[in-house]
Amino acid sequence: MFELVTLILLFSMFMTLYRFLKGPTLSDRVVAFDVMSIMGVSLLVLLALYFQRSLYLDIALVFGLISFLGATIFGRYIEKGI
Amino acid sequence: MLELLGYLLIFLGVMAFLISAIGLLRMPDIYTRMHIGTKTTTIGTFLVVLGAICIEPSWALKLILLIIFIFMTNPLSSSVIARASHRDGATLANDEFKDSQK
Repeated sequence: MFELVTLILLFSMFMTLYRFLKGPTLSDRVVAFDVMSIMGVSLLVLLALYFQRSLYLDIALVFGLISFLGATIFGRYIEKGI
Repeated sequence: MLELLGYLLIFLGVMAFLISAIGLLRMPDIYTRMHIGTKTTTIGTFLVVLGAICIEPSWALKLILLIIFIFMTNPLSSSVIARASHRDGATLANDEFKDSQK
């Protein structure tokens, strides 16, 4: 069950990666990056359930924090430049 | 029984992620892409983490913290990117609607 769910999640991550590589403007790439990082948070929760390690939940929390910071900083960069 | 409910919730959440990926590929416009990319990932993370609570009830504190965090930050980052791309001059794909902010 966990293998099937993780494979579906990785497939959707690859589809998002296609938009990340192709995306016409910078905003599309930033949106794709945001979606991929939140999928990564859910993937870390699934891995914590699979390997029975609650340490991965802390990593998921910190990863969500860093990805939110990254999206916000990229938004400021699109708006005003460096 | 609770474990079965957890697996069902995780499956529904991953289906929401799959809808999000398909929408990112199919939508014609930056605003519609952002719309589907934010809403479906928020509900997908909520369902996956709720399923994880059902499977492992002893991890509930950290997982509820993760849900609160995602619900606070995800609309905020989407709003920031939407405003920035509008000021950068992103256009609508459909000509029928006028951009009232311009």
